[in-house]
Amino acid sequence: MSHDHDEHDHAHDHDHAHDHGPFQPDIKEPSEDWEFLEIALRELMIEKEILTAREIQEKIEEWDGKCPEVGARIVAKAWTDPAFKARLLADGNAGVGELGLSVPGLKLVVLENTESVHNMIVCTLCSCYPRPILGLPPLWYKSREYRSRAVREPRSVLAEFGTQIPDSVEVRVVDSTADCRFLVLPQRPEGTDGWSEDQLVNIVSRDSMIGTAVVPAP
Amino acid sequence: MTARYRIGDRVVVRTDTPAGHVRTPTYLKGKRGVILRDFGAWPSPEKLAYGKPGWPKTTNYWVRFTMDEIWNGNGSYASGDAIVAEIYEHWLEPDTALEGTP
Amino acid sequence: MATAQPTRKPHDIGGDPAGPIDREEHQPTLVERRIDAMMQLLRQEPRAFWVTDENRRTIESLTPETYRDSSYYQKWCLAMRSLLVEKAVLTDAEIDAKLAEVKARYAKSGGGAP
Repeated sequence: MSHDHDEHDHAHDHDHAHDHGPFQPDIKEPSEDWEFLEIALRELMIEKEILTAREIQEKIEEWDGKCPEVGARIVAKAWTDPAFKARLLADGNAGVGELGLSVPGLKLVVLENTESVHNMIVCTLCSCYPRPILGLPPLWYKSREYRSRAVREPRSVLAEFGTQIPDSVEVRVVDSTADCRFLVLPQRPEGTDGWSEDQLVNIVSRDSMIGTAVVPAP
Repeated sequence: MTARYRIGDRVVVRTDTPAGHVRTPTYLKGKRGVILRDFGAWPSPEKLAYGKPGWPKTTNYWVRFTMDEIWNGNGSYASGDAIVAEIYEHWLEPDTALEGTP
Repeated sequence: MATAQPTRKPHDIGGDPAGPIDREEHQPTLVERRIDAMMQLLRQEPRAFWVTDENRRTIESLTPETYRDSSYYQKWCLAMRSLLVEKAVLTDAEIDAKLAEVKARYAKSGGGAP
């Protein structure tokens, strides 16, 4: 797989997530059994009119449109509109609904990072993630290493992400085990007074909305 | 259907090992925590996983556990750190061991 | 420490020791996006062949070796096959026949419909 992006400490990773460009082409021919299986299942289902190629394509494109910038807009609005923030924290589904977004069938819970609590989200059992808000989860979020270590070694995991939280602040690891999907509302950094929502959107990284990063002062 | 627990109640996670699909991670079994939130009633994932409707619904709670309670110092965390997880009502019992600091 | 417990299922890994986290942004390939898309289409209305919990249960039933050695979407692809057969949407026989045909096609020409 190509490694186009190095996203360490990169506040604009949502821009990169948005730079889809061409689809990652199938650079290599299928060689592993599961790749042939994907082709076989797809062709069978299309032949039997269970799915159409067009539907598959449209679903892919729908999800390419979901990226962390969606979440960043929610954060920017919450930072600039205290009444919206209160509604968002009280009821995440209704809050994002005001922006025309929905998380069907699941309860969206927005967790505010504060001077006293830093939330970090993990799904130890699988990969539950607020996909309608942040798009597809990064590979590391689904990895055995993150899922195993986040609940026991949150501070060393955070250090790997270049994130230091003072010991006086509670790191609260949120294991997403059921039907809630969690979005972290990161702390608004110093030095952003008077910024517009558009300016704020640009500094909110995907990782800050998962809780493995904070939004640094500009 | 009335929820059995209220915010602030002390609970302990059961240690059952059913053969089928569950959403209670093993690392939390037998651990003591506090109810932080009531997330309402949901169909049981243990039944949904086998094509059943999952009713009657079961209440899901957000339960907070201290890191020391789970790992007893064997981890990379600060003393005030915690884990919160969504646990279904039938996996919880009241924590009757109330001695010690809250 | 805890007394001896029955073997945990392969996904139940919270707290297990593990190495460094690979933070490389591996963008999903087109194959992976197709699998993600198909799984959504099969789960959602109007088909609604299964619910997410059934997908999880199927993945959790993989052997520990398969679970550990398979990539994320590889696991989903295996689960998709298993569930399509379980729900009698497809049969193992026809999948195996199609699989053989697809492999032969790629062996012969080195390509096929992308």
